[in-house]
Amino acid sequence: MSNSTEYSPLVDADDDDIATASRQTSIYVYEAPVRLWHWLNALAILVLCITGYLIGSPPPTMIISEAAYQFVFGYIRFAHFAAALMLTVFFLGRIYWAFVGNHHSRQLFYIPFWKGEFWREVWHEVRWYGFMESEPKKYVGHNPLAQLAMFLFFTLGITFMIVTGLALYAEGAGRGSFYDILFGWVTPLLGGNSHVLHTLHHLGMWWIIVFVMIHIYVAIREDIMSRQSIVSTMISGTRSFKDDRP
Amino acid sequence: MDLAEMETFYDVMRRQGITRRSFMKYCSLTAAALGLSPSFVPKIAHAMENKPRTPVIWVHGLECTCCSESFIRSAHPLAKDVVLSMISLDYDDTLMAAAGHQAEAALQDTIEKYKGNYILAVEGNPPLNEDGMFCIIGGKPFVDQLRHAAEHAKAVISWGACASYGCVQAAKPNPTRATPVHKVITDKPIIKVPGCPPIAEVMTGVITYMLTFDRLPELDRQGRPAMFYSQRIHDKCYRRPHFDAGQFVEQWDDDNARKGYCLYKMGCKGPTTYNACATTRWNGGVSFPIQSGHGCIGCSEDGFWDQGSFYDRVTDLTQFGVEANADEVGLAAAGVVGGAVAAHAAVSALKNAQRKSQKSKTREEA
Repeated sequence: MSNSTEYSPLVDADDDDIATASRQTSIYVYEAPVRLWHWLNALAILVLCITGYLIGSPPPTMIISEAAYQFVFGYIRFAHFAAALMLTVFFLGRIYWAFVGNHHSRQLFYIPFWKGEFWREVWHEVRWYGFMESEPKKYVGHNPLAQLAMFLFFTLGITFMIVTGLALYAEGAGRGSFYDILFGWVTPLLGGNSHVLHTLHHLGMWWIIVFVMIHIYVAIREDIMSRQSIVSTMISGTRSFKDDRP
Repeated sequence: MDLAEMETFYDVMRRQGITRRSFMKYCSLTAAALGLSPSFVPKIAHAMENKPRTPVIWVHGLECTCCSESFIRSAHPLAKDVVLSMISLDYDDTLMAAAGHQAEAALQDTIEKYKGNYILAVEGNPPLNEDGMFCIIGGKPFVDQLRHAAEHAKAVISWGACASYGCVQAAKPNPTRATPVHKVITDKPIIKVPGCPPIAEVMTGVITYMLTFDRLPELDRQGRPAMFYSQRIHDKCYRRPHFDAGQFVEQWDDDNARKGYCLYKMGCKGPTTYNACATTRWNGGVSFPIQSGHGCIGCSEDGFWDQGSFYDRVTDLTQFGVEANADEVGLAAAGVVGGAVAAHAAVSALKNAQRKSQKSKTREEA
């Protein structure tokens, strides 16, 4: 039993911990629109993957009523289209925020391709993931490997899905429709047969699923093993650091 | 003989015993088939009465003659009317009486007589490998005849999937390098009328439009007449309510097949095929593939032979060297990534535990 006068809430902390906790170590990184977009986008992707898979492989035939009074597959497709158009609008809003938000909000949309330092840091991160570095570096925003992966898998992937998806939507909307005027050129570009477009859009879903798997894994792993907060940062917006070494 | 001295469509029709009343009926039917308002009926009639018949040269490359077979089965208007009255089919080695040197002479005569005024209709396509030796017409490669006939043509019609896209002879690996017409003839307006074969009424409808209005019909992005190819089979399919309801044929011999449910799960390509089958139908409007219980195979689409099975909805990808569809490829990738994630997580946990125990050890030592 310790003496009550010596009691401190940092009873299990060593000197390093006390030094860290005594400083203000959290930085506001992800502004509210970015966080809101992240979670709405995640929800939309979940709906899109489930309904999209079902559109390719429909559920077993249900005979609830006469076809005229039953709209099961129609609702599945409607959910897909509604979530897709919402995802598109959210993504446009996210692009807008990259212009007006803080500099972290721009990280998603480019890679500093010509900066040697960036690639050296990417290599350092690769070594960290390969268990060849004993300690990761600290980053306020995305680490360079995360930025690279985010750009290649997510930004390019979701752009591809939006463009091919709206081209498919244009087929239903009909020739001369708004969607056809904007995205009708995609099918001829991909060889002219819309079956090819369907297949590529379908493969794109798996591209996004693989991204989601890695994304969730590394977010949790980094939250545990890195020197900064990760998961809670996308909820509160603040990045906190676990130590005050550089 | 120049164009002005040629008979008009109407002259020929009257000479054939077609009454004025029948002629006007024909004009109304044609207007309806082309999606035009009734105000166009007198315009069509006027054109028919005053315009000289347009000469057509119909050449055959690598093909199976199904386009010709379809064409001569047209009911509205009857192909006989088109062949004998509306157009002046001056050369068609399948339909013409002449053969051999006579036929080739007819071709040459027509080209010279109507330079810049005739329509070149191409059925099939030229193979380009081995200098075109895989298709010989009158002792010469077909590609030579095609280029020669196209040189002075007003416009070119690519009949069928062969001429438009290449069809079966251009399917991978395409040993003869069969090549669609628009990739060989690049300096003429080309109308693609794809299908294997195209619907007869679509073929005659396209010709009727061109002769009546003296211009090409409105074309879509891929050069197909918009009036017949701007909607998918799926958009006008009479089984569409079953698709929206989620009522599908699950197997060829199940009750759903007998009830006429949607053939989507059986690999019907209606959702990716642009054609008029669902509305115009075949053999004088009798039926079309889906109506007879078989899915659409997408015969009027580019490269339809190379899109995997006719009976799968999510078809196999040939690019991966093994037979696997998008889901199998994706699931395999997700499996590999999932395994890697699990292994990486395990190693991470071990390393973390190792570091913690080392840290506490050093602390104890200190």
